[in-house]
Amino acid sequence: MRYLTPRKRAEGRGAAHHGAEHHWAMTVSSVGLAFLVPLWLYIFGSALGGTREAVLETFARPLPAILTALVLVVGMRHFAMGATTMIEDYARGTNRKLLIIFVIALSWVIAATGLFALARMAL
Amino acid sequence: MADAKRDAPVAGSGGRPLSPHLQIYRWQVPMLTSILTRITGQALMAGVLLAVWWLLAAATSDAYFATANAVATSWFGDLVFTGSLWAVWYHYLAGLRHLYYDAGKGLDIPTAEKLGWAVIIGSVVLTVITILLVQ
Repeated sequence: MRYLTPRKRAEGRGAAHHGAEHHWAMTVSSVGLAFLVPLWLYIFGSALGGTREAVLETFARPLPAILTALVLVVGMRHFAMGATTMIEDYARGTNRKLLIIFVIALSWVIAATGLFALARMAL
Repeated sequence: MADAKRDAPVAGSGGRPLSPHLQIYRWQVPMLTSILTRITGQALMAGVLLAVWWLLAAATSDAYFATANAVATSWFGDLVFTGSLWAVWYHYLAGLRHLYYDAGKGLDIPTAEKLGWAVIIGSVVLTVITILLVQ
């Protein structure tokens, strides 16, 4: 006879040992990105291939600037969390920790760089 | 015989059933499209890096922009951005499918097969439409 409930026996068994909050955060950011990305693709794609003056003019406008900032922050957070899940599936021990630290740091560096560029163009 | 082998508890699993290893799994559309979601999500970083570098160069100086823009609009830039565009539309549609699955819908095999094809075909169609729109 088993004295543990099925839930007790299942908890902490996955590759990450936890995950409900992580899954919910991915759900929230994916819904956000579903609204942000199509319009951003149009704005970025239209700006690409233009002169520097045209690019500066585009990203100085409120909508392209705010949209790009949101795509960078929400998108890089979504990437960091998604990549973390992947690493948890394939890597173990110290390697896992180092890889997770690397992708989180990389995603912040990219977001910060993009925000700096935006601030310089928009302000 | 094959079924008996599949259902047998695996040594070291504590009697829990384990997924069969990727190499002995028959390829199918829902599986392929699920794996591609992960791959496109990671591969998108190539497009993000190029886009952010290009924005940084535009914000910095004429000379820096000339360099980054030459790369971004070269055949290499076209390759990265077109590939990333498909990857983002693929990841987008697969993500919507994930939300639908999470709601407990579309999990029966015929629907899952159809959704898989919808993601593959839809991503190509949306990529072409986007390229035409931003010309």
